[in-house]
Amino acid sequence: MSSTVSDDARERTMVQLSSAVVRFAGDSGDGMQLAGDQFTNQTAVAGNDLATLPDFPAEIRAPAGTLAGVSSFQLHFSDQDIHTPGDAPDVLIAMNPAALMKHLAALRSGGTVILNTDAFTKRNLQKAGYETDPREDGTLTDYQVHEVGLTSLTLRALEEHIERGELNKKEAERSKNMLALGLVSWMFSRPIQETVAWLESKFSARPELADANITALRAGWNYGETTEAFVFHYEVKEAKLPPGRYRNITGNQALSYGLVAASVRSGLPLFYGSYPITPASDILHELSALKRFGISTFQAEDEIAAVGSVIGAAFGGALGVTASSGPGIALKAEAMGLAVMTELPMIVVNVQRGGPSTGLPTKTEQSDLFQALYGRNGEAPLPVVAAGSPADCFDAAIEAARIALTYRTPVVLLSDGYLANSAEPWRLPVIEELPDLASVFRFADEQDITDGEFLPYLRDPETLARPWAVPGTPGLEHRVGGIEKEDGTGHISYEPENHHRMTMLRHERMARIADALPPTDVDDPSGEADVLVVGWGSTLGPIRAATRDLRARGRNVARTHIRHLNPLPKDLDDILRSYRRVILPENNVGQLATLLRARTLVDIQSYNRVSGQPFSAGELARTIETLGWGDAS
Amino acid sequence: MGGRVVTTTDSKLTRKDFTSDREVRWCPGCGDYAILATVQTLLPELGARPESTVFVSGIGCSSRFPYYMGTYGFHSIHGRAPALATGLAITRPDLDVWVVTGDGDGLSIGGNHLIHALRRNMDINILLFNNEIYGLTKGQYSPTSPLGSVKKSTPMGSIDRPLNPVSLALGAEATFVARSIDTDRKHLSEVLRAAYEHRGASFVEIYQNCNVFNDGAFAALKDPDQRDHNQIRLVDGEPITFGPNGEHAIVARGDGTMKVKPTEEAGDRVVIHDPTKDEPTTAFALARLSHNPVGPTPIGVFRAVDRPVYDELLREQLAAAREQQGEGDLAALLGSGNVWDVVS
Repeated sequence: MSSTVSDDARERTMVQLSSAVVRFAGDSGDGMQLAGDQFTNQTAVAGNDLATLPDFPAEIRAPAGTLAGVSSFQLHFSDQDIHTPGDAPDVLIAMNPAALMKHLAALRSGGTVILNTDAFTKRNLQKAGYETDPREDGTLTDYQVHEVGLTSLTLRALEEHIERGELNKKEAERSKNMLALGLVSWMFSRPIQETVAWLESKFSARPELADANITALRAGWNYGETTEAFVFHYEVKEAKLPPGRYRNITGNQALSYGLVAASVRSGLPLFYGSYPITPASDILHELSALKRFGISTFQAEDEIAAVGSVIGAAFGGALGVTASSGPGIALKAEAMGLAVMTELPMIVVNVQRGGPSTGLPTKTEQSDLFQALYGRNGEAPLPVVAAGSPADCFDAAIEAARIALTYRTPVVLLSDGYLANSAEPWRLPVIEELPDLASVFRFADEQDITDGEFLPYLRDPETLARPWAVPGTPGLEHRVGGIEKEDGTGHISYEPENHHRMTMLRHERMARIADALPPTDVDDPSGEADVLVVGWGSTLGPIRAATRDLRARGRNVARTHIRHLNPLPKDLDDILRSYRRVILPENNVGQLATLLRARTLVDIQSYNRVSGQPFSAGELARTIETLGWGDAS
Repeated sequence: MGGRVVTTTDSKLTRKDFTSDREVRWCPGCGDYAILATVQTLLPELGARPESTVFVSGIGCSSRFPYYMGTYGFHSIHGRAPALATGLAITRPDLDVWVVTGDGDGLSIGGNHLIHALRRNMDINILLFNNEIYGLTKGQYSPTSPLGSVKKSTPMGSIDRPLNPVSLALGAEATFVARSIDTDRKHLSEVLRAAYEHRGASFVEIYQNCNVFNDGAFAALKDPDQRDHNQIRLVDGEPITFGPNGEHAIVARGDGTMKVKPTEEAGDRVVIHDPTKDEPTTAFALARLSHNPVGPTPIGVFRAVDRPVYDELLREQLAAAREQQGEGDLAALLGSGNVWDVVS
C-alpha cells in the first residue's frame, strides 16, 4: 500500500494509494461474496484496474462459526494495470473469530483489521480454536485493529424498521454485510450509488428489504465518516486503461458470452448440453437465460448424456458445446473419442478444479492437462485451447469454435476454478471485429456428390476436414459411427493399412492446425533476456505480475504464454532452445513441463504448487529469481 | 438452418430407397433380418423420406441396423443412442429420429438414458430388440435373460432377476409403449406405424430371436402350434381375450393386478383394452402378466397417451423468450450490467 498523504478537509488524512488489497471474510451465511461483488462494482466505477479472488467452501452451509464455514472475497485494485488478486491483503474485514483465525496470517504486517466484535463470543472463539481472546492476548499487536460492533450497529440502524414490523431482529442482522461494505466504501472513497441502485433492483419485490439494506450501507459509510477511530482514509486514482467501454466480467460469464458470440458469428444455433458440476454450472445458468439468442440448453441426466446430446446436435448441424469439470470429463471420455472418430465440430469445456476424484470442488488447479490431451482410448488427438484470464475466456471460446468449425473436430477448452469465479475489467469488443466464423465452414450439398456418390470422409486438401453433411440434405445420406472408417467412403473398415493411414491422418489434421497458428508472442521489453518464463492457463496473471516485479528490480526476464496446448505452436521449440534457462510454473506437478521436455529436450525448470489456490506473484517472483539466477536478491 | 435443400416431390418411394448398398452381416437366420425388411418396407408407406430420416444406435448386433438403412445413420457407443438422438431431436424438429437398441445396450449400460428419454417424452421412436442374450460378445446372459439362465458367464445359472422392458418403460411413464415380434411382419408393421404416428417418445419392444446363442427364446409366441395359445393381442377398445377360439380372458383382480380366466366364466369382467388411459396402472398390470414369454404374453400397444413433447416445449420457450425480450443482440448482451468508459 505505497502512499502519499494529504490533509483532508474534515481533519482526516486522505492517503493516496497506488493500489490496495481488501479481503472480506465471514461465515458462509454472512453475505461476503455479495459484499465483495458490490465492492468490485464500485471499484470498477471508480476507474481502477482490478482483480478478484472469491474463495468459498464446497459445503453450502457448513456449521456456523467454524473454520470450515469461512467464505472470503479478495479484491486487488490499482491505478495501474494489474494481473492478480494480490498476495497479502492490506485490509481484512473479519466478521467472526473463525474468519480472523483463517485469514490473519495472510494479512501484511501493519495491515488493517476490522473485526465484528459482536461475534467474538466465548462460544465463537472456541469454535474458531482460540483458547484466549485474540483481541486481548497480543495476537493483533502487529496490526491496526478496529473493533466495530457491526451486528449491534446494524440493529441500531434498523431499529425503526424493526419497530414498524417490517423485519424481525434476525432479518435485520443479515444486513450487517452492507454495513461493513458501507464502512469499507468510506475508507476507500468508493461511490455507493451503484450498490444502492443494485439493492433497489434486487429487492424490487420487497422494498422494505431494499430500504433496510440501503440504510445499513449508509450507516456504515456514516460510521466511518463520524467516528474518530478511523484517522485515515484512502484514495486510489483511476487506472490508465486503454480507451473504450468496460465492464467487469468473471471467467464463466466471459466463456458463456464467447460461446454466444461464436454462435452469432457462425450463424449456427448453439446447443448446450450439460450436467451440473462445480465450478462449471454457472455456464449452464448463463446460457439458459439467453434463449432469445436461439440457444437450446439441455440439462442432461448425466455427464455422458450431456456430451452424447452434443454429438447428436453437431451431427444435425448445430454448434454443440458441453462443459464440466475433471470428474465429469472423465465420464465423457468415451464419447469424446466417438467425436474424434466421427470428426464432428464441438467444444468440450473443462473448468478444472482440484483433483483427483472429487478433490476440491471449489478450488482451482491445472491438473487436467494430461486428461485433456490423452484421456481417451486409442490414438485420439484433439485440439486443446486454454484461457489465461477471466476476460480471456471470451476470446478462448471463440478460438475453440474457430478450430472446431474449420477442422471439424471436437476441441477441449480449458478454464479453471480461479478464472471461473474471478472478475476483471473487460474492454468490450467491437462485434464486427470478432472472427468471422461463417466463412470457415459450409454444409455439404449436392456439389459434393461426384459420379453419383457422396464420400463422407473425402477431406479438404488443406485443412483435412471432412464434409459436414447434415441430415435433411437429399443425396448425402450416409452413416457414421465409432468403428474405423475407410478413407474417403467412410464405410466400416478393418483393413490394416487403412487403420494406419486413418490414424496418421487424424494426427496430421492437428499438424495442419499448427500450420495456421500465428507466431508465438514473447514478451521481452529489454530484448536481452536469457531467462524465459513459460506459462499456460490461469497462471498468466501471477506470471505477468512476477516478471514485471523482477524487471523493476533489474532482472531481464522474458515471458511467453501458451494458448494452444495441442497442437503446440511450431515455433515454440526454437524459442525454448534460445534461452539459457526456461522456467515453467504450473498448478500441477509439471504436466506441460514434462511434455515440453520430451518434445524439445530443453532442461525446463518446473515450479509446481498444488494448493487449490492460484500462485501468489511474490512467491513466483522469488522462485523465478532463484531458478533463473541461482539466488534471490 | 438456412441453405438446406429439402426435396418435397411426391415421387413414390420404395423399399429400395431405404436400403443402403452395404452387405447385411448378421448371422444367417437372425431375427434382425425380418425387422430390417419390415422397417425398410414400412417407411415409404408412411411417407417418410430417406434424407429426413435418421437411425441412431448404440453397440450390439441390433445396433448395426443403421448401416443397412438408406437414410442418415449414426452407430454410436454403448448405451448412448437415446442421448445422441435427444440432441438431434431438440435441434432438428424436421427430422424423423429413430433409435435402435437391444436388451444389453438399452437396459444395462444405457438404462439411464432410456428412462430419461422416455420420461421427458422426446420426439423419438425407440426400437428395443430383445433377444435375452448378449450376441455380439458371444453369449453372456443379459438383463432380460430369465433367472437361472446357464450362459457363458453364468455356468451355475444367473442369479439376478430380469427386467421387463415394457414394465420399465411404463414405470418411466413413457407415452407410447408397445411390444411385437420380429417375424410377425403384419403385427410389427401395425405397431411401428402407430409408434411413428405418435407425438413424443415411443417405445417398442421387439422380441427377436438369436438363433446362435439363444434360439427359441420366444417359441411360445412364435411356434405355429403354440402361438395361438399364448399371444394376447391387445386391440384398442376390444375385450382382452386369447386362445385359438378366444376361450381365455383377462380379468382384473380387486388389487388391480390381472389374471387369466376362462372367457365363459369372466362374463362382463373381461378387461376392455384402453391404451389411452392417462394413468399407466392398467397398462402396467397387463405388462406383469408375463415376464420371460414362456406363457400367455400381451403384444400390441399397451399405452398411447398424448402429453407435451420435450423438444416442442423447449422450442416454445425459445420463441417465447424472443417474443418477450426481442431477438438476441450480442452488443447489448456484452455491454449489459455496469459499464464505464475510459477516454484517452
